Amino acid sequence: MSRFALIWRKSLNIFMLTLTGVSALLVVSVLFLILGYLVVKGGTSLNWSFFTQLPKPVGEVGGGVANAIVGSLKLLLLAAIIGLPIGLLAGVYLAEFGGKPFGFTVRYTTDLLNGVPSIVIGMFAYAVAVLPVKHFSTFAGGFALGVMVIPITLRSTEEFLRAVPVSLREGAMALGASKWRTIATVVLPAARGGIITGMLLALARVAGETAPLLFTAFGNQFWSPGWSQPTSSLPLMVYTYAISAYPDWHRQAWAAGLVLLALVLVANVGTRMALNRGGATRGV
Amino acid sequence: MSSTATTFDSAAPPQTGPQAFIRRLRNGDEVAHIITLITAASILLITSALVYELWINSHLSRAKFGWAFLWTRTWDPVFENFGALPYIYGTIVTSIVALLIAVPLGLAAATFLAELAPRRLSDNVAFLIDLLAAVPSVIYGLLGMFIVVPMMRTTIGPGLKHAFGFLPIFQGPNYGVGFLTAGIILAIMVMPFIISVSREVLLTVPREQREAALALGATRWEATWKVVIPWARTGILGSIFLALARALGETMAVTMVIGNTPLISASLFSPGYSIASVIANEFKEATGDLYLSALVELGLVLFLVTFILNGLAQIMILTTDRMGRRS
Amino acid sequence: MKKAIVVVCLLLGLGVTLAADSTVLLNGAGATFPYPMYSKWFNVYHQEHSDVQINYQSIGSGGGIRQVLAGTVDFGASDGPMTDQQIEQFKQQRGMGILHFPTVLGADVPSYNIPGVSAELNFTQKALAGIYLGTITKWNDPEIANANPGVKLPGEDIVVIHRSDGSGTTYIWTDFLSKVSDEWKSKVGRNTSVNWPVGLGGQGNEGVSGLVKQMPNSIGYIELIYALQNNISFGKVQNSAGKFIKADLAGVTAAAGSAKDMPDDFRVSITNAPGAAAYPISSFTWLLIPERIPDATKRDTIKAFLKWMMTDGQKYTETLSYAPLPKVVVAKEMKAIALVQ
Repeated sequence: MSRFALIWRKSLNIFMLTLTGVSALLVVSVLFLILGYLVVKGGTSLNWSFFTQLPKPVGEVGGGVANAIVGSLKLLLLAAIIGLPIGLLAGVYLAEFGGKPFGFTVRYTTDLLNGVPSIVIGMFAYAVAVLPVKHFSTFAGGFALGVMVIPITLRSTEEFLRAVPVSLREGAMALGASKWRTIATVVLPAARGGIITGMLLALARVAGETAPLLFTAFGNQFWSPGWSQPTSSLPLMVYTYAISAYPDWHRQAWAAGLVLLALVLVANVGTRMALNRGGATRGV
Repeated sequence: MSSTATTFDSAAPPQTGPQAFIRRLRNGDEVAHIITLITAASILLITSALVYELWINSHLSRAKFGWAFLWTRTWDPVFENFGALPYIYGTIVTSIVALLIAVPLGLAAATFLAELAPRRLSDNVAFLIDLLAAVPSVIYGLLGMFIVVPMMRTTIGPGLKHAFGFLPIFQGPNYGVGFLTAGIILAIMVMPFIISVSREVLLTVPREQREAALALGATRWEATWKVVIPWARTGILGSIFLALARALGETMAVTMVIGNTPLISASLFSPGYSIASVIANEFKEATGDLYLSALVELGLVLFLVTFILNGLAQIMILTTDRMGRRS
Repeated sequence: MKKAIVVVCLLLGLGVTLAADSTVLLNGAGATFPYPMYSKWFNVYHQEHSDVQINYQSIGSGGGIRQVLAGTVDFGASDGPMTDQQIEQFKQQRGMGILHFPTVLGADVPSYNIPGVSAELNFTQKALAGIYLGTITKWNDPEIANANPGVKLPGEDIVVIHRSDGSGTTYIWTDFLSKVSDEWKSKVGRNTSVNWPVGLGGQGNEGVSGLVKQMPNSIGYIELIYALQNNISFGKVQNSAGKFIKADLAGVTAAAGSAKDMPDDFRVSITNAPGAAAYPISSFTWLLIPERIPDATKRDTIKAFLKWMMTDGQKYTETLSYAPLPKVVVAKEMKAIALVQ
């Protein structure tokens, strides 16, 4: 190897490695930029009335997003009830019982469902949960979000269940546990961290979804009682206010966006910290 | 193993009939199997229902326009002439722009995190990047509208025109909204997926591979680029397909910055329209059954494109996976 | 895990408590044109009748028509009256007729954002048609310049902005253009959603206003109140008598006065109305109420609201720059309320 080639390789090495570091730095800084911008633009609008009041009529200054916050929470609850059990149990099926052709079909279909754009899911929920009963509702919105939660939950459940070492399973069975007992008391707890993380990520993902809510939850300036009336939601508020021309609405859009982001990030950070600091789910 | 080992009936149990079924049912394994099977099957049911609804509700439009729907440029609700081409074009262009930006950056960042960073730093940074993936689409749209669009109009656009104005993709009027802006926002949105999955995959590459390369005199970069990344090639490709799927269907952020105009233009500065955006804007108000049907058909097209992509991804991953295992 | 259970219970409790009530809930959707007015009305009405909650979503007139057709809302709202075809479709799908109730009068204005130009521009009918057809592309085009002597117009490209959603505001605008330009009529036509020859799309009046404000050298058609509330310049339009009129209550009321023969179903177009003082791009806007409402409480609430809207409600119109209904129309409408069964 000539000396020149060596120098070239060494320089390239340093250059490329630095580049990768810079890229990582760039990406991470985007996160802080987003947070920072939202805090700067929206932080000053976060006051008690913002959280507790209903929106004011169009063009008037002030008002709040109380109904949107509650609406979002209700929608998330529905999405969790509808989507998490199916995703979890189906994930268990694929990881523990899945036969070749059926298991493959389910997995493929799940990936398909995962890739379906949220707007198409919205159209589906409109056809299935709105038209037949002839009104927009929180339930329809929750249904749409629930359908989106299923594939994400399933994938992470299956992945983390499969990652549990065979030795654990065999150990349990050697001690006389039946298959379901093994799953319930040994495998699932071992994969618990990853599964819950996956579930929360799924919920956090749908918490910010607006598109499927456009034709299902529809929007509401007042409180939405129960589950069968249209409801406001944070992402919908951010969207409606952002595309308008009213400066006061823009201000509220930033604030609502900050609240939404805070909710999502707290959910993400809180879970991870509660379980274990990064990486412990890998390599038992 | 299983069932026979866990039942201890003294009398000889019947092997067939309803009593046997109930007995099997009391066996926890069977119950678990059935319950999980049902949930798995329900996914098939939901997806079939979705495809069915898409098919049925687009009937009018498919009957009237046939395959020509895919390459017709006009979208005219007054004279009831609908074509998908501008939307297909917009969806594809913005996604390609997004990948062109996100893949190199994302892969580089993932490499850094997997190969170079000390473990704790890598985990913490990966965590932060996962947080980026959690940022809702509207927030990206919000930031896109109020930061990127003005920047595109005042700084980035003129800068690109100045440097690369001879290329047709950088010609034409620059409004701030358009394909390029949408592509940039999409790139930021899909990067976390590429990084997260690629990093995981790179970390699973056996240490021996890397060490062998280094032992043979490769620099760290060479070991990474020529040995580790190719080994993880499958997973990385998977992450790219995942990112692409996300980009294709992204609605809100794109709607807020793409310009909402069904145009086909070589210029990246031109406003455009994506399939998801037009559905979001016009679905609730498509007066006229043919109009609504045309929108549903667009949804069907988007769905099919995703379907094909997924299919290709699965095939590629299966093939290279088998290749990888053999070597 | 325990925390999660607690949170779930709290939320369930929340959902349940908010479910218990005797409030009458009505859902309506449609036009963004009168949205500021309706939003104020429903707010005031709720304060005066705390057991009535009328939720209105401004998704565009096209949306109002489509959703009332599908029955997913209790009433719709549109500034483009339903066509005969749509009314027929409603009859077939829902087995009854649909009634139009005018609420207020408003105006579409050509708003613009030209850096350096603060003067009020005059737009001839030809100019507006040409701009939106794409035949007039620069601000200093003679058609525009000649109507504005003394104003220095830049040689910049006009950024045309229109609606991307199904819109009654679009209907009013294209109705006007179809009346004043044969080319427009044959090439594009009038509808809530058209195949625009040029321009960028904004979502709702809100979206168009937002775009006009952001884009230099842009022009967009929006309802008067949106231009006023957002401090966007708007120009005068040449009416059928040749005069340049700025949109205001007087101009719109003058245009409404020309609708002497109000048809029984209240569907009338007053664009390009005759008269020297008439603002040419004025329009009524309507609430779309199904003929038969099976739920007695809902029906009575709607009828009560309509009565209120035509009397007390009209007091709020001027502060938001909508013109109140002419007394002749109100009298006729009061009688028509009885048609809702």
